[in-house]
Amino acid sequence: MYMRTLVAAGTMAVMSSSAYAGCGIYGSVKVLANDFPATQAVSAAMRACDGGSADITVNLNKDHKDLIVPAFTANPPEFTTSHVTNSTLVAVMNDGLAMPLDDLIAKHGAGIQDMQKVTIDGKVMAIAFMANAQHLFYRKDILDAAGVGVPTTYEEVLAAAEAIKSKGLMDYPIGGTYKAGWNLGEEFVNMYLGHGGAFFKPGTAEPSVNNAKGVATLEMMKALTGYMNPDYLTHDSNAIQAEWEAGNIALTNLWGSRAGAVTDGEGSTPEIESNTMFAAATSVAGGSVPSTTLWWDGFAIAKNASAADAEASFVAMMQGLSSDMAAANASDANWLIAGSEPRAAGVGVVASAAGGASPYPMLPWMGAMHGALGAEVADFLQGNESAEQTLADIEAAYTAAATEKGFL
Amino acid sequence: MPHRTFLTFIWPSALAMLLFIALPIISVGVQSLHIEHEQVVETVKNCGPFGCKEVEVINADATAQLQADKPLGRFNGLGTYTNRNHLAFEEISAAMQAGGGPGAFFGAVFNLPFYKALAFTLTYTFVVTPFVLILGFFIALSVNRLPGVVKGPTIFVSLLPMIVTPLIGSLILFWMIDSRGIIGGTLQLIFDDPDLSLKASPALTWITLIIYGVWHHAPFAFVVFYAGLQTVPKDTLESAMIDGASRWQSVVHVVLPHLAPLVVFIALIQLMDNFRVFEPVVGFNAEANATSLSWIIYNDLRGSDGATLFSSAAATSMLTITGVCILLAPVVLRTWRDNRQRA
Repeated sequence: MYMRTLVAAGTMAVMSSSAYAGCGIYGSVKVLANDFPATQAVSAAMRACDGGSADITVNLNKDHKDLIVPAFTANPPEFTTSHVTNSTLVAVMNDGLAMPLDDLIAKHGAGIQDMQKVTIDGKVMAIAFMANAQHLFYRKDILDAAGVGVPTTYEEVLAAAEAIKSKGLMDYPIGGTYKAGWNLGEEFVNMYLGHGGAFFKPGTAEPSVNNAKGVATLEMMKALTGYMNPDYLTHDSNAIQAEWEAGNIALTNLWGSRAGAVTDGEGSTPEIESNTMFAAATSVAGGSVPSTTLWWDGFAIAKNASAADAEASFVAMMQGLSSDMAAANASDANWLIAGSEPRAAGVGVVASAAGGASPYPMLPWMGAMHGALGAEVADFLQGNESAEQTLADIEAAYTAAATEKGFL
Repeated sequence: MPHRTFLTFIWPSALAMLLFIALPIISVGVQSLHIEHEQVVETVKNCGPFGCKEVEVINADATAQLQADKPLGRFNGLGTYTNRNHLAFEEISAAMQAGGGPGAFFGAVFNLPFYKALAFTLTYTFVVTPFVLILGFFIALSVNRLPGVVKGPTIFVSLLPMIVTPLIGSLILFWMIDSRGIIGGTLQLIFDDPDLSLKASPALTWITLIIYGVWHHAPFAFVVFYAGLQTVPKDTLESAMIDGASRWQSVVHVVLPHLAPLVVFIALIQLMDNFRVFEPVVGFNAEANATSLSWIIYNDLRGSDGATLFSSAAATSMLTITGVCILLAPVVLRTWRDNRQRA
């Protein structure tokens, strides 16, 4: 019985792969990507080309960003193509590991929109397929019960949280991805850009966060933590999504890529899901732009890949980023792909971009700054030191790291 | 043993130790003295889904040329060791000159990442090690007195904490001590404090990690002591009983002296293990409240978005090795002196 199932499954696999076999590809395609619904959809569409003369393997991995640089450095590369974002493309470019795609686009990339081409110094280094940003998630029923409107500024978020708490609706109405490390650093980046701050002295790698805007940023973050679960320094996106689906929080600034997941009819109650609404990230301190950063997700091809493998990877990538794929998985992401319909859960990202939110800074030394932020901000939130001390610590930690990296 | 025979026996392991221990350590040491080349930066136009912007980028070709000429990078001497993220000589002398009493001085020192991590690492090592020894000894004594039928299953259950992978064990406990988890919720009930959270304050996080450490390592001490207990000479114990010694007295005067070499052995292993504490910091998401030397190395090697700090990691590794040597020196010296006396 068991044997028969196996044989049947094997036959079906052979049949299905020979049905799609090839996509006209000759070569080996090895794909590395983060693991969330949109990348799952893209890689599944790529894998349809597997078989015949094409060999396509996919590795979806939450730690992909730590693997890209070593994988692309190897020759031949461990992966021929990888998922990249604003920040990870910089890491790849710092070591000159990405292949310019212009020739391949001329040959196979007819369907790509100009907006999708990430061009650095006149050369296309990556093809973007989706936009992402942290933006406001709110519970309409809770805000109504507390008698407050949808907040558009962080000051209003605090007022709404106070109203919710004082009415006894929730103990900790605000959720935030404040886990010490990358997440906490990202929250500082969002809030500081919302205050109109700049991380570096113009044109240099010298830090410039120790200023009034930095102090205001830290103080607003601390005020928000007053309405968060005391464990906030351990909460990442997964934890906040779980808190949201459990109905423990009413306001949060969460990733657009989670918007589909909290309204997918799984993991929560219909009451919570039907009252989950999205809006642009809130502004702060009288600023006009949403306090968030815009991110794109795309694919780059390893410079060390052979010409045949690079071409095969590009064709498979085009298959993965087709309009059909975007249409079939419309609710998974804010696709940048031609002909894709805007999704209902994507309004937050669109509104944040329309509101003029800044893209995450693509600077070679931003990674070192992000690391310093993630390590030092927790000290202030815990009340161990003054805001000025924390900002001085951030600059000192950054300076040590940037010196070692050869940026200063 | 003649020298020749000794050499014949020892050379394979000596060679392996040279290849797999000494050479890597030397390579790490050399790495720690270098930092990356000055990057060649240029300003270019960068366009993407959100518009165009002039940004600085690294000229990878020019930097690659520098890299090819001198693959190790720039020689930096002990600069990485003394910088702010490691021993921080400048910051410490500034804190000394600033005055403000010992409180302000230690405040400034423990604000530095290396000393913050060192404080937790040493506290963890010196609290967990004795507790592991004591707890392991008492578990061994109790299990040794159990009737044969239940002995096997009890030993198996007692070993479980050690069998569970540290990262998995700490992750499971992380969820159990959550304020909505079974342990966290129970503690809130017992202390009648709905805001009590083991993850929120440094003090409670430290206590949690230390208890986890004792829980995880006690079975090791137990197993070693239990094996040792099987070798305690029966006739000495019986003569002690005939002499009217209570059970406690025979434990103190017969069993303990017999097991003394094992105490040294376990203490050595535990000091080394605990000084390298790492997995619980990751598993308990504790980096905001407690970091360890190994965690700093891990953090530097992971980098964020390409900012991997190999030299920093190398310097911290060398400092950790130095720390282990200092910790073990008293025990090793004593053993060596004892051996010499015997010889």
